[in-house]
Amino acid sequence: MDERRESEATPTKNSTGVERKSERELVVTRTVNAPARLVFEAWTKAELFRRWWVPKSYGLTLLSCEMDVRVGGQYRLVFRHEDSTVEFFGTYLEATPHSHLVWTNEEGDNGKTVTTVTFDENAGKTLLVVHDLYPSKEALDSGSTGAMPEALDQLDELLASLGSSSVTK
Amino acid sequence: MVQYGQAGFDASFGALSDTTRRGVLEQLGRADASITALAEKFHMTLTGMKKHVGVLEQAGLVTTEKVGRVRTCKLGLRGLQEEAEWIEKYRQLWGARFDELDKVVQELKRKEKVDGRKKRK
Repeated sequence: MDERRESEATPTKNSTGVERKSERELVVTRTVNAPARLVFEAWTKAELFRRWWVPKSYGLTLLSCEMDVRVGGQYRLVFRHEDSTVEFFGTYLEATPHSHLVWTNEEGDNGKTVTTVTFDENAGKTLLVVHDLYPSKEALDSGSTGAMPEALDQLDELLASLGSSSVTK
Repeated sequence: MVQYGQAGFDASFGALSDTTRRGVLEQLGRADASITALAEKFHMTLTGMKKHVGVLEQAGLVTTEKVGRVRTCKLGLRGLQEEAEWIEKYRQLWGARFDELDKVVQELKRKEKVDGRKKRK
């Protein structure tokens, strides 16, 4: 399966836009060459989501990934980092098939980050807009909700940015 | 990663939150200019422009130098580069993430095609 995927011609990569909309907001955009229902599936089925959320090149191990995608449902991602584990978790506030996902990121002590993902299909392609609203500008500046367990103080910058910006989810 | 003081970071983003100030930076990216010239360019009083330049200067995005009676503004050396690096960190993460997402979605697409053919039979 892996072999087949890699041997197939990769479609032209679309570019990724990142913009800091305000002190507390970060917006990421990307077009995916597929209908919204397939893209939505990749965001909402744990066995698919875990394959792309942590890029292979980042070398982090995702130990488990549970997602209960419905309003009020929870998600929890557990990573191994050196000798310990780190968890990211939160609640889905909205889950409208093929169009809308909203979730909170709650492992921090300093408030929740709210992520809104919209799936906008046009001519067989889907424009993804990922909007992160951080509890404070400091949380966004530092790339962390400031909520890391104390034992993980030494957590490297990479995991911090993965975690709060978004891995979290 | 660059050591970046929190205060500097906030000041930079605050400075960038205004249309006129972004325009001034763009202008200075093309050529240095006096405050008088900038005020004219942006249809603003000299006092108004001085304030904007002051904010940009505070954030390290612009430096000014007074020669005789003319104060000339130019782009600061640090400033934008650090914001760009900060954004770039996110862009790399999301770029890599979306590249993997593409693979997963393309696989779903193929699977659907195959299943579709089976159903039609």
